[in-house]
Amino acid sequence: MLRFIVRRLLQLIPTLLGLSLLLFIWLHRLPGGPETALLGERATPETRAAVREAMGLDDPIFVQYGRFLKQLLTGDLGNSLSEKRPVIDLFLERFPGTIELTVVAMLFAIGLGIPLGYLAAKRRASWLDHMSVGGSLVAICIPIFFLGYLIKAVFAVKLGWFPTFGRQDTTIDATHITGFYVLDGIMTQEWDAALDALWHLVLPGLTLASIPLAIIVRITRASVLEVLNEDYVRTAQAKGLTERRIRGRHVLRNAMLPVVTVIGLLTGGLLSGAVLTETVFSFTGIGQFAAQSIDHRDYPVMMGFILIIAVVYVIVNLIVDISYTFIDPRVRVR
Amino acid sequence: MSLLDVQDLSVVFHSKGREDVRAVDGVTFEVRSGEIVGLVGESGCGKSVTSLALMGLLPPRGVKTGGKAIFDNGVDLLRTDQRTMRDLRGREIAMIFQDPLSSLNPVVPIGDQVTEVLTRHRGMKGEAAKKEAELLLDRVGIPDPRRRLKEYPHQLSGGMRQRALIAMAVACRPRLLIADEPTTALDVTIQAQILELLKELVHQDGTAMVMITHDLGVVAGLCDWINVLYAGRVVETAGRHALFAKPTHPYTHGLLSSIPRLDSVRGERLNPIPGSVRDLLPWLEGCAFAPRCDRVTEACVEGPPELTGGAHAFRCVNPVLEESGQDEAALYSREVSGAIE
Amino acid sequence: MTALARKKIAKLERLAELAAVHSKEQGESLWREALKRVRRNPSAIVGASILGVFILIAVLGPFLVPYDPGQIGVGIPFGLEVKEGQAIYPGPNSEFWLGLDHQGRDMFSRMIVGARQTLLVGVVATAIGLTLGCLIGGIAGAAYGLGGKRGRTIDNVLMRFIDMLLAMPSLLLAISLVALLRPSLMTVMIAVGFISVPIFARLLRGAMIAQSNAEYVVAATSLGVHKRKIALSHILPNSIAPVLVQATLTLATAIIEAAGLSFLGLGNPDSSQAEWGTMLADGLFNSRFDYAPHLALFPAIGIIITALGFTLLGEAMREALDPKLRK
Repeated sequence: MLRFIVRRLLQLIPTLLGLSLLLFIWLHRLPGGPETALLGERATPETRAAVREAMGLDDPIFVQYGRFLKQLLTGDLGNSLSEKRPVIDLFLERFPGTIELTVVAMLFAIGLGIPLGYLAAKRRASWLDHMSVGGSLVAICIPIFFLGYLIKAVFAVKLGWFPTFGRQDTTIDATHITGFYVLDGIMTQEWDAALDALWHLVLPGLTLASIPLAIIVRITRASVLEVLNEDYVRTAQAKGLTERRIRGRHVLRNAMLPVVTVIGLLTGGLLSGAVLTETVFSFTGIGQFAAQSIDHRDYPVMMGFILIIAVVYVIVNLIVDISYTFIDPRVRVR
Repeated sequence: MSLLDVQDLSVVFHSKGREDVRAVDGVTFEVRSGEIVGLVGESGCGKSVTSLALMGLLPPRGVKTGGKAIFDNGVDLLRTDQRTMRDLRGREIAMIFQDPLSSLNPVVPIGDQVTEVLTRHRGMKGEAAKKEAELLLDRVGIPDPRRRLKEYPHQLSGGMRQRALIAMAVACRPRLLIADEPTTALDVTIQAQILELLKELVHQDGTAMVMITHDLGVVAGLCDWINVLYAGRVVETAGRHALFAKPTHPYTHGLLSSIPRLDSVRGERLNPIPGSVRDLLPWLEGCAFAPRCDRVTEACVEGPPELTGGAHAFRCVNPVLEESGQDEAALYSREVSGAIE
Repeated sequence: MTALARKKIAKLERLAELAAVHSKEQGESLWREALKRVRRNPSAIVGASILGVFILIAVLGPFLVPYDPGQIGVGIPFGLEVKEGQAIYPGPNSEFWLGLDHQGRDMFSRMIVGARQTLLVGVVATAIGLTLGCLIGGIAGAAYGLGGKRGRTIDNVLMRFIDMLLAMPSLLLAISLVALLRPSLMTVMIAVGFISVPIFARLLRGAMIAQSNAEYVVAATSLGVHKRKIALSHILPNSIAPVLVQATLTLATAIIEAAGLSFLGLGNPDSSQAEWGTMLADGLFNSRFDYAPHLALFPAIGIIITALGFTLLGEAMREALDPKLRK
């Protein structure tokens, strides 16, 4: 197993190198050249020239790429133009929020999607089935930011059940240790703070969950339908096993294989969705930060975002691959 | 006393916008304790549907069953509730399926698939169940059972998989075992071994068995009583000796003479039955076999023939009367030894 | 990144293979049979009807509008005035069926005229993705299927690049592209189109490889037909079906993604041309949605219904092609 993980990690190197090269090219193709990333678009020609000199932009291109790589490896992503602070620090501050949000969204999507997909398949052609299939189709076609506004308008503005924005009520004097507000509240036993943070996560979490939920329902349904027709389910019935045992051991266990794959795939889309969702709910995570950086043409932040997401993607990918070897013995590592 | 008494069993499939399909149409047979009964026929004759109906495993929607199937203590297998049926399945009545690979769950170790039957019906858990599973695998001839318990179906050979399925079926020493073409998906050499194993197991436990097959060679050395099915109906039913010595229905006769014989004169032709199951007549309009029969007469299409003839009954108005000259013992030993060569 | 991309690839390849599965019934082509199945599918009929109406509106739009969609303050003669500062936005009424937008223009006329722009964004973006993707995928597929060892190398290089793009979250890809170019309608279309390049490339390549293993290609090769001719006149036409299915589905996502870019401020800054994505973004700007939900609601409904139409039709086409689902 360890050798497998190491091998997978080694396989990542060329991909990450390729990505860094793409980023490097991107930086150099920016309107106004890479110094724009440092100075913004309104700098005077004199400062530009000075910075070009300081950045060594007149060095051979290989030297520049080498320097760029070295910076990336040391975590130096430059300074934000709008906040005048290191990009890496700004991201680290906002990352916990996004992680909380995506975890909540994924819990919604998995927790609702798998039972719903299973029931839809089990009661094929019932109203529940038609509702699930139709509903998931519509969910895929709704622009996620509009859904966010809609949910916010109904449940936060009109009904007032949930807060409209942010990660925690400003009137709560919460102690923050890790940056994960829910976790912080639990650690410091400030239960109202934890609960409030959790409360703030519900609506954005639901919004972000919409597309993964729809896809998980569809995949689970299709997969369960296929498995229900398999001979081994009939064997299990012939053994006189209870309905519950057949469902857990024989149907779901097999039907989950494609679902796990899709859950991994969805994580990438989740980060795209986080940019839009966090903006709708003014949720201070990296997604909202990235969206702001677009507004400000804050190139170092944009680059940092791309890089961080790529790394997250790689890690999630690795986790999916490893978990896959546990649930499907046929792909177990030799 | 009979263990299973199937009377006038019929299974009708209906789907929207299509004509109903009568897969099984008034099948009657009997299985006594410890007896091996064969259901023989081509694919599509309704033999598998019969077995699924007896197990209560037909899909719940779009299927209508009729008749009776009284098991041992008076339970009608066709009418009883799911709960009773689940208690019976695996404990009193067990089944072995055709394709061992697809019939085993690919992501659950063999051991767990055996012990779950033990847990369900014999209340065995943990180490005790594991021990018993090991004994069972050993009993069906799987070498190194301790190690095999932890393996997955894809790590076993075809024959080993079928042995594992048999182990699950006999785990609770059922009164009745239904084997649906248990050797069809296997290599010829393995087929004989599996047949011998089944024969031995039911003999030791006194289990009755319904053997479903398209191969007369398989039933020749195995079954005490044989029912030949055609288009959902029994066309001939007889004891093994009587059937092989004097196949009366032209269909049985044809099946038997289409088996190649070692002692046949060189140059003699095989006698295949012409046509296929597809050109059959609905029973209501006469004998369903008539379009393929070389003994067809006017009387054949005037109405459905009845099952007549006492113990050795047949459903034909123009039966074959001469002896076959086939010896079932030779047939079976060829089935087995021909395979081993 | 390669492993998740691999999962995506596996899915695309399955779709691609479907093209290589030929109908068992003789005398009837795969196409005609698929078309027959599509026509029997109720969701295909619904999808096609939606699209029919949509395209009709897009074509006839300018002839159907009651007001000039660009005229600001069109409601003033009727005493209906938009006051941004006081958050007054006249809603639907008998004169202006869908109300006035944030600049006092007639929403109904803008919705009608916007259908064309929206369709344009979807079609051009998809066309960009389709063309670029099929170019790369077609070269890779032809090289892999027929080109021997050197062909495999060409295919390998192209596909590594495609896999890298495939692993990137789509919106991110679009954002980084827009950063390089100036925001405009064309930029949006290029960015959105670029997202689908890797999907089309993978798909066409997969279909072509599946086709090049088909018996008729082996037969043609053994008859001495020139390789380039086989690729162009045999393999390519037979590989195009799954690409068309994907294009239908991509039209839906392209419209939604374009709206997303508009929402992030990367869309067309010029709002004189009505387009549903921009209208939706404008309707959600500041807190307009809290005071006047109709500003966003109507463009959103337009986008959702159109996307639904494309998705229903695309799904039905995919089902029709999948032999596993044929029953």
